[in-house]
Amino acid sequence: MSEWLPHESESPEEAVPTSGPAVGQDEWVAREGERRASRAGWVGTVEARLRRVPWWAWLTLFVAAGSAMPLFESSGYVRLVGFNTVVYMMLALGLNLVVGWGGLLDLGYIAFFGIGSYVYAIFDSAKFGYHVPSILIVPAAVIVGALVGLLVGLPSRRLSGDYLAIVTLFFLELFETVATNGNQIFGHDITGGSFGISTVFPLSFAGHTLAVQHNGIFAVSYYYVAIVMFVIVYVALFFVNNSRTGRAWRSLREDPLASEVMGMPVNWLKLMSFATGAGVAALAGTISTALNASVYPLNFSPVVLITIYAMVILGGAGSQPGVVIGAFLVSVLLQVLQDPGQARVLFYLVIVVGVIAAYRVSVRLALVAASTAVFGIATHAIAASFHHSWVDGAHGGLAGVIANWVVVPEQLTPWVGQVSYLLLLVGMLCSTQLRGRLRLVALPPTLYLAAFVWENQMIPNPGPARYIVLGLLLIVLMIVRPNGLLGERRVEIN
Amino acid sequence: MQFFIQLSLDGLTVGSVYALVALGYTLIYGVLKLLNFAHGDVFMVGSFIGYGVLQALGGASNPVVPVWLLLVLVTLAAMAGCAVLGVVIERFAYRPLRNAPRIAPLISALGVSFFLSNSMQLEFGAQQFNYASYNLSGGALYFHGFDLDHVHIPLLRIITIGSAFALMVVLWFLVNRTRTGKAMRATSFDREAAAMLGIDIDRVIVFTFILGSALAGAAGVMFALRVPTFAAVGFTTGLKGFTAAVIGGIGSIPGAMVGGILLGCAESYTAGYWTTAWSDLVVFSILIAFMIFRPQGLFGRVDIRKV
Repeated sequence: MSEWLPHESESPEEAVPTSGPAVGQDEWVAREGERRASRAGWVGTVEARLRRVPWWAWLTLFVAAGSAMPLFESSGYVRLVGFNTVVYMMLALGLNLVVGWGGLLDLGYIAFFGIGSYVYAIFDSAKFGYHVPSILIVPAAVIVGALVGLLVGLPSRRLSGDYLAIVTLFFLELFETVATNGNQIFGHDITGGSFGISTVFPLSFAGHTLAVQHNGIFAVSYYYVAIVMFVIVYVALFFVNNSRTGRAWRSLREDPLASEVMGMPVNWLKLMSFATGAGVAALAGTISTALNASVYPLNFSPVVLITIYAMVILGGAGSQPGVVIGAFLVSVLLQVLQDPGQARVLFYLVIVVGVIAAYRVSVRLALVAASTAVFGIATHAIAASFHHSWVDGAHGGLAGVIANWVVVPEQLTPWVGQVSYLLLLVGMLCSTQLRGRLRLVALPPTLYLAAFVWENQMIPNPGPARYIVLGLLLIVLMIVRPNGLLGERRVEIN
Repeated sequence: MQFFIQLSLDGLTVGSVYALVALGYTLIYGVLKLLNFAHGDVFMVGSFIGYGVLQALGGASNPVVPVWLLLVLVTLAAMAGCAVLGVVIERFAYRPLRNAPRIAPLISALGVSFFLSNSMQLEFGAQQFNYASYNLSGGALYFHGFDLDHVHIPLLRIITIGSAFALMVVLWFLVNRTRTGKAMRATSFDREAAAMLGIDIDRVIVFTFILGSALAGAAGVMFALRVPTFAAVGFTTGLKGFTAAVIGGIGSIPGAMVGGILLGCAESYTAGYWTTAWSDLVVFSILIAFMIFRPQGLFGRVDIRKV
């Protein structure tokens, strides 16, 4: 053969121009990558490089980083938080399947988490004397969860968003009722009532019991079991998403009517997505119960539901890596908000980043920063001139930095706190409406008020404060960035 | 028979509160096609505003105004406060999402609901707030009233049921006999066509939120006159209210009334003849039964979707 012929053209198949679509592939779909706008400069180059890294490499990296965590952290508490985060990630993956891919608003999702927990607890606890091996009871719990999911979805035949939402939300409420009153079903005790079941056996494989605690602290083996389960769920769902069913789900999400016209079994697909999500939630429930060695009805309140939703929405519904990151972030956020010092750091970080993002580096930014600082120092000086107990309340991390700025009384009069919270809400709403100079004027007092409320109301009450933050996060995300961090923007065509 | 009358009375009282909440759901759903999860929490805020005004006027034991005026003022204040709250919620949480995918406002509504109930808990704690209506002029609202077949019907019940029905009549009049009502019905029928015919959709939606939220505020006061209120009460009541709206046929005003009273009675009979613990189960079964056999509800019309 002569050397001047290109090497590639030796076999006849490869002679076909490689730029065009393969046989049977739509050209518009095949060239999707070319239409995607990439950023200019080195950011774009890095982005393009990163996009080329295969998904399993990311997953391996992520799991390796997660698995290495116990090597650096010997605190049992931090490891427990790690375990809970992995359970949250599993829950978020399952919810992503229903909400992100199926496009169904499942508000009873946590009930399936509870069903998994209760199935495990009932058949593997000293309370009722059953001790079914984990290798049987965990799959059984998943199947029960999925079947109940199917049953719940079935009656709302049309399964349009709102009807499904209300039936599932009611189902969650009902689940709580049944769990709370389950100790008196025709004279039988099934769920232990509001005291729950507190003598659950740990996981056991082939006769070996996986102890929950090791030398009095959280046994790290559970963390690894959770990671293994997470990887299995992630990989399985990844392949489901790329299968015929996954594509059908996504088309269903985009346009149920069009999918039906194309001959897809729409209702069956919806039920399937619903039931699979329920199964994943049940799986997460089993391992969480095995570790906690107990289960209570209150573990499955709407509060947990909102938390999982915040994770999925923040990460980007529809994107698997997105919801995993979302679960991680929200889980860390909830932990941070419980610690006064960390909550303070987080707050000022968010404020500073937010203001800089809004104004960039400009004269106006300097104006806002300077006037906020002056406003604060002046207020503080006035308050301090009345009595030192008005400003002596700040303790913990960063307390030195804000000591001469935010007024933190030792004992806040209740009505002052209530009024300032209300004023803050009004100020926040107003500053979203004002433009230009007016906003510039309104911003410093609002920022200062926010700091005041945060220091005096939110930090002392981490319970409601965490969920206020989550609620706000949901609203703001829906308006500002409904596709979340990694989700793809969806365009509604009417 | 006496027991039955007693239970029916209970059901009617609770049911009229549900009906008022259901009306708000139905109105907002009709115009915006949005399941307003925050509605139950607006109801809760209404009951808190009522409590605040009641305390400001001297509390139930020694009010500074006559009892009838006190009740009217408390209810009006709650209605006004809730109307403002409803408008704010619509303006900031729902309006930016008018053209977003349908799931977006639903999630935003969840966020609002969560935000409101936790804000109330932050502000006032998780404890219960009692109107102590039995203290109003020495318990007159309970002692007075009339007897029916040896069952005493307290004045408070009569006032609650009566004013709920009065509000419904006013609402019916507003929706069916006024220009704005006509615009509302047109918007609910077909938003785009209504906009093309020159109806200011934004104004109609704001008006709907005012109406619905004011009804929720009144319901909040009626509820709290009977039992203590607390920050988490909105969730369950909202759920019941929505169920009532679905049973009656979502989008239908008489449907919401009938659905609410049906639901209240069902709960009351369950509690009386069986157990209070499972009343949720009965309500859920009714909801499921309707989903299976009559998804359009009692008074709803069947939606025909055109492609």
